[in-house]
Amino acid sequence: MNKFEINNLDLHYGDFHALKNINMQIKPNTVTAFIGPSGCGKSTFLRTLNRMNDLVEGCRITGEILMDGKNIYENTDVNMLRKDVGMVFQKPNPFPMSVYNNIAYGPRTHGITKKAQLDEIVEKSLRDAAIWDEVKDRLHKSALGLSGGQQQRLCIARALAVKPQVLLMDEPTSALDPISTAKVEDLVLELKRDYTIVMVTHNMQQAMRASDETAFFLLGEMVEKASTERLFSAPQDKRCEDYITGRFG
Amino acid sequence: MNTKIKQAMATYKRSPFSFVMRLMLILSITFTVGMLAFILVYISAKGIPYLSKDLFSFSYTSENVSMMPGIITTLMMVAASLFISLPFGILTAVYLVEYAPRGSRVVEIIRLTTETLSGIPSIVYGLFGNIFFVTVLGWRYSFMAGVMTISIMILPLVMRTTEEALISVPDDWRQASFGLGAGRLRTVFRIVLPSAVPGILSGVILAVGRIVGETAALIYTLGTMAKIPDSLFSSGRTLALHMWVLSGEGLHINQAYATSVVLIVLVVGINALSGLVANKLQKR
Amino acid sequence: MNHHIKEKIAEYIFLAVALSSVLAVVLISVFIFAGGMPAIKEIGITDFVFGTKWKPTAAAPYYGVAPMIVGSLLITLGAVAIGVPMGIFSAVFLSDFCPDRLHRIINPAVNLLAGIPSVIYGFFGIVIIVPFVRNVFGGNGNSILAASILLGIMILPTIVSVSQAALRAVPSAYYEGALALGATKEQAVFKVVLPAAKSGVLAGVILGIGRSIGETMAVQMVAGNQPRITFDMTKGIRTMTTNIVLEMAEAADLHRSALIATGALLFLFILIINSMFFVLKRRMNSEH
Repeated sequence: MNKFEINNLDLHYGDFHALKNINMQIKPNTVTAFIGPSGCGKSTFLRTLNRMNDLVEGCRITGEILMDGKNIYENTDVNMLRKDVGMVFQKPNPFPMSVYNNIAYGPRTHGITKKAQLDEIVEKSLRDAAIWDEVKDRLHKSALGLSGGQQQRLCIARALAVKPQVLLMDEPTSALDPISTAKVEDLVLELKRDYTIVMVTHNMQQAMRASDETAFFLLGEMVEKASTERLFSAPQDKRCEDYITGRFG
Repeated sequence: MNTKIKQAMATYKRSPFSFVMRLMLILSITFTVGMLAFILVYISAKGIPYLSKDLFSFSYTSENVSMMPGIITTLMMVAASLFISLPFGILTAVYLVEYAPRGSRVVEIIRLTTETLSGIPSIVYGLFGNIFFVTVLGWRYSFMAGVMTISIMILPLVMRTTEEALISVPDDWRQASFGLGAGRLRTVFRIVLPSAVPGILSGVILAVGRIVGETAALIYTLGTMAKIPDSLFSSGRTLALHMWVLSGEGLHINQAYATSVVLIVLVVGINALSGLVANKLQKR
Repeated sequence: MNHHIKEKIAEYIFLAVALSSVLAVVLISVFIFAGGMPAIKEIGITDFVFGTKWKPTAAAPYYGVAPMIVGSLLITLGAVAIGVPMGIFSAVFLSDFCPDRLHRIINPAVNLLAGIPSVIYGFFGIVIIVPFVRNVFGGNGNSILAASILLGIMILPTIVSVSQAALRAVPSAYYEGALALGATKEQAVFKVVLPAAKSGVLAGVILGIGRSIGETMAVQMVAGNQPRITFDMTKGIRTMTTNIVLEMAEAADLHRSALIATGALLFLFILIINSMFFVLKRRMNSEH
């Protein structure tokens, strides 16, 4: 069964038609990459999957998004949805508090208050995000003192701490140096065993290295989606071929 | 150095206008800063010698015009006014920044009214307090009437500084919190407000300075009785009011100087503190 | 779903709290204007506003506030004549001619001037400015001039800080452009930068005018407070604000209502001045 099934999705910001009739299936425990030029709608689409667009004024959505067969825009508690569908942002955005409290914020939000239980979650999340060794001696110091790459892995750990099923990543390495980028990419391959990952990237090499499936977006349309290998070796659509061969974008 | 002066002289010979303007600039800034220095130095010099222990005794008599009741009343006034004004000011700002839809009618009306409130002179607040709290509600000259009047007066100050502090909290943090499934309430009270504390604090300190120095709004609400109010509904006299009465009577001019010193030290200290907090905020 | 209801309730509570400031403005306006209504009705609006005699305790009482309107305007005019040039020149110095190190000392000092309470200014007026006016210009010293000098000093920080902000908002290209044409630094600043900042500077001046019309205690302590029309700067006069503070303690009935009506008139003046300020501020924001 598909993790997500998106049928006839349209999204408007006021008068602007930002997403046009998107249809897509996303399988569990895979990494799906969204590529396309800036402003093509790939980030907007990503944000429909945990309803972050609800926060944008004048945003209207039609069509349906089924997660495990259930429409997330009907009778769904949006906060529980966001617990199940975690998100990592383009710019690392740790809260201005200690490393520990950053990770514990999510679990506490969902009612976990026992110290022992929180300690355990914090350690496990940091280990899963491959940053435990770097921060274990400074858990109670401000997270803002970490390097950019460490901050981003901390944000991944923070997202993991609420035990999501899906992880959305919005250009997670665009603010990072090459070494940190490589670490995050390794992490993504590691994490897909337990999570379904959907990732927006502007970097086609990254999509090739890290993803199983790739979808190409242009001007609010999803032009083509296929296995990453197929899409990059034999794109079916002319526009997609032009983009990946660098003829525009 | 010499060539620098020569160059300047050459410029000024060519343009006498520039010379006159430069002179005016230096005269003006000297006057402005000099005035401040003069007020501070003159009052300190005249007042410090009269800062006796008696002036800080707990009871006021017509022979010993102690300022202690005034100091205590002022502190009570500050605490009570903040107690009422802070929740209103902060929650209003929270509504405007975190809840209200952008450019909504409600926001515009609230902004207009707070701007109006911040322009109203103290005496009009005092007049309103006298009509409404003292007369209509029948509270007479009382601590409560003074507190309510002052609370309304400082509301726009608290509200505006909180609003600015909230706006300067990066949106990334809100997004991260929502992304973890936190609701708006939790996001506002656990993430946004704590990060805005320094900004709110500098506004609060400014408000404290305003309360400490206030007179016109209090004369006909709190009244001017020279004692510490013994209940919410009895009169009292803040330090600034005490200062006003003393200088009006003209009987205790030296004590008035001494009282001024204390009042100035309080207000200057409070303002310096606010500046310090604001500076810290900018560095972050 | 439970917390969804909690969120909604919280939102409505915050909205209700936010509306309390609206309630405050409404209450203030209603009570001030309603409180002054009986006097206006009984005295008649023209006799009240244009009446030149204020004798509330006489057997045949007069309630004309024209002397107080003249008083407020004269004292404010004097304060503007002193405070505005000083303030603008000081702002120009601070924004364009002041070394950074000096700025770090002077700017907080100017802000400090804004924090000093009215009573302290008033007291300073009593012990320094009033004797100064008496010795130099004659009269008993409690005068329009003394109040103008004092208010001129009191509005300085307002004018300096608003003008400084306006001057700093002028794009540096204007200044550099003028220098490149061979202007001296002073010419560039006074002929190019200052005119470009004029809305903002004017906004500062208007804010200063508002402050000075609304100031009560400091004026009451040095202005002499006689309710008469005079244009002799060394004579005493009464303002709208001090009229309230001087007589509110003993006033009852019509007298009290007439004082509240004075407050209403003052409120009206302030509303007009403030709306001018906001129009200018908005214009300033859209200019650069």
